[in-house]
Amino acid sequence: MQLIDPSIVQTRLDRLRDQELYIHLEMTSGAYAAHYDSSKHPAATFITNASVKYSQGSISGEGPYRVGLKTAQGWVYSEGLTHYEESEQERLILAGHDSQGKLVVALQLGREPF
Amino acid sequence: MNRRILVILPHPDDEAFGLSGALAKHVDEGAQITYACLTLGEMGRNMGIPPFANRVTLPAVRKKELEKSCEAIGIQDLRLLGFHDKTIEFEDQEQLDGKIQALLDELQPELVYTFYPGYSVHPDHDATGAAVVRTIGRLPEARRPAVRCIAFANNHEQAIGKPDIVVDITRFLESKLASIQAHRSQFQAAELLGKNQLSDEEIRQRFGTERFWTYRFA
Repeated sequence: MQLIDPSIVQTRLDRLRDQELYIHLEMTSGAYAAHYDSSKHPAATFITNASVKYSQGSISGEGPYRVGLKTAQGWVYSEGLTHYEESEQERLILAGHDSQGKLVVALQLGREPF
Repeated sequence: MNRRILVILPHPDDEAFGLSGALAKHVDEGAQITYACLTLGEMGRNMGIPPFANRVTLPAVRKKELEKSCEAIGIQDLRLLGFHDKTIEFEDQEQLDGKIQALLDELQPELVYTFYPGYSVHPDHDATGAAVVRTIGRLPEARRPAVRCIAFANNHEQAIGKPDIVVDITRFLESKLASIQAHRSQFQAAELLGKNQLSDEEIRQRFGTERFWTYRFA
């Protein structure tokens, strides 16, 4: 994974626009959050291989970055993205890692299921 | 005949901290070990620092790490059961129990290691332990293998008492550390290994003993 270059990510978002895609969207505090610190509220959520098609998609911010995808009926939104996978040409793999390197948020789009 | 042992845990690396020393000791004593790992830990948060894996590549990375860890311990037989990380508690119980029963039928182990249901922090740990004791609990008493559980929830001793099996694994520390380090994408986590290089004495203190609770079937 490389640090996000927003112009590259924007190009890829444009390339995937107006198509039937599969999405993986995730946010997590980690299953051990409350075990190590009882003041922490453990929360995680993911949806994997849901269908999505967006008419407008953009990346925004100074880093960590935000991505918003406008769909026919609503929106997909993700904040805290720091890394993307350069070697993936067909799919868009975005993730947000915290200062310890742990994944906090992920947004992935592809034409085939993940 | 060599002792047959079956280990049933949900994530690659679950074996490393909790029981890799005890397993290396069993292997040293001639045991034949099968490790059934339910998932590939595909939802793990650690990807290396800086991240060298991502959500898409993590399963393959962790599979390789698991194979390396098994090699370090001396586990002869690794089975990947193909479930998805974080979903064990939501799986079809019949299917889950059926896979465990099939392993019991095939291997006829005299000893099974798993997590203590309810006292193992991660929902996958608890659900795996629950499936194992549920399946073994259905067998006639005379045919049940002994079940040894790992527990580490906060305050677990208040509920289930002290471990009845405490294993000194000092002689097998090298295998244990190699098992932990095999999980390269996971093990730098600061809360597990600490930020500083540990002295030999600190390593012995922290990793030299493994603790198990024999599950008592009602």
